[in-house]
Amino acid sequence: MILAVPAGLPACGWSLAPGSEAGQDAARAGGRHGSGARMALEEELANLMASAQRGDAAAYRALLKACLPVVSAIARAQGVRGEAVDDVVQDTLMTVHRARASYDPARPFMPWLRAITQRRAIDRLRRAGRRPREVNDPLAYEAEVDPGPAPEQGLEARDRAASLARAVASLPEGQRQAVEHLGLRELSLDEAAALTGRSKGALKVNLHRALKALRTSLTREAE
Amino acid sequence: MAERAGCEAARHERLVEALAGGLEPVRPLPAPGIRAALWLGAALLAGLVLVAEAGMTGFMLRMQVADLALAAIGAVLTAITAAYAAFATSVPGRSNRWALLPLPPLALWIGASGLGCLRDWIAPGTDIPGAHTITGCFSFLICVSVPLSVLIVVMLRRACPLRPNLTAALGGLAVSAAAAALLMPVHPHDATATDLLMHAAAVTIVIAVNGLAGGRLLVPSSRAEPV
Repeated sequence: MILAVPAGLPACGWSLAPGSEAGQDAARAGGRHGSGARMALEEELANLMASAQRGDAAAYRALLKACLPVVSAIARAQGVRGEAVDDVVQDTLMTVHRARASYDPARPFMPWLRAITQRRAIDRLRRAGRRPREVNDPLAYEAEVDPGPAPEQGLEARDRAASLARAVASLPEGQRQAVEHLGLRELSLDEAAALTGRSKGALKVNLHRALKALRTSLTREAE
Repeated sequence: MAERAGCEAARHERLVEALAGGLEPVRPLPAPGIRAALWLGAALLAGLVLVAEAGMTGFMLRMQVADLALAAIGAVLTAITAAYAAFATSVPGRSNRWALLPLPPLALWIGASGLGCLRDWIAPGTDIPGAHTITGCFSFLICVSVPLSVLIVVMLRRACPLRPNLTAALGGLAVSAAAAALLMPVHPHDATATDLLMHAAAVTIVIAVNGLAGGRLLVPSSRAEPV
């Protein structure tokens, strides 16, 4: 899923890969955006929260949407798996709502969000731990499948995200813009044209060429 | 799999819309230090009233005894640091290590008060309080602790303690230390083993009640159902 990035942010959807520490993953996997993207995201989220505290519903909506993949990633990093991740997301959003007055706009947003998410994830894991499971029947015990992704899947996803980020960063400027705005941020052609100052035709051509170049470079890398 | 992901995304979307739709402006809470200072201010106010009632003469006389003075300083510092730690741990993202802050003054308070147990040997002939006086001190500690506990719980509830039991226990420590410090101006005698035992019992009761009941009180009661 591509992150719904608040306007004005660099496209860093791939940087919030599952299994990574949400506050640090933008730096790890964001390629050349690196810590710049992380700081921009941090600042943007802090600004959105400050607006939400003043009662700006649109800013609050954008903030909560931007938090969804971050919260999922932190929950997975805590060891929550499968459907429970979505329950942690719901619990966290409600706690964020209730605790929004406790956020100090002068301080970074991510530690505040991470602390809430980690706590809700721990609560969830504790509740799951209290649920009885069949351990006396060896067959039933062995057959109990962990519904979550395997441990190495997070690492693989991070590697894939990093190589995609590198490949996108190595594209010529026009092609990179086309991929970022149309492919990653899922903007419409009109929005991307208005944002970049390029014609819709040029963007389409650039996107086509970029995808071809990416296919070639990623295939070569995979081999 | 994709269907489930879509269903969950729609569920999150509904929750986001519900929360954003009912959004009301809030005023960011003041920093933990300021909130702790406000609570300590209320305790100080009670102290000033007590001093005005009881006078300073006896208190000044007792403060000339080293261990009593150290116990008073320890109690005051414990109240200050525990109050700050309680308010700091009530804010998400602040380190839980703040909970260690009151430990050194607590050690001073307990250690200096413990010297009172040896008073009979250190200073024979000290005024030993009767049972009636000790019960009075015990009642005083409990009575002063109740309004201070209510006040700190109300103030802590405004934040979002993610570890409510820890925060509540720190609040209880702050309350009992403040109550013990407030007792000093009106304490009619020097500390003894029985007296100290009664203090310890009152302090333990206040911390335990705050930790157990407060832990629940600090968790939001009207928790919305997930969408």
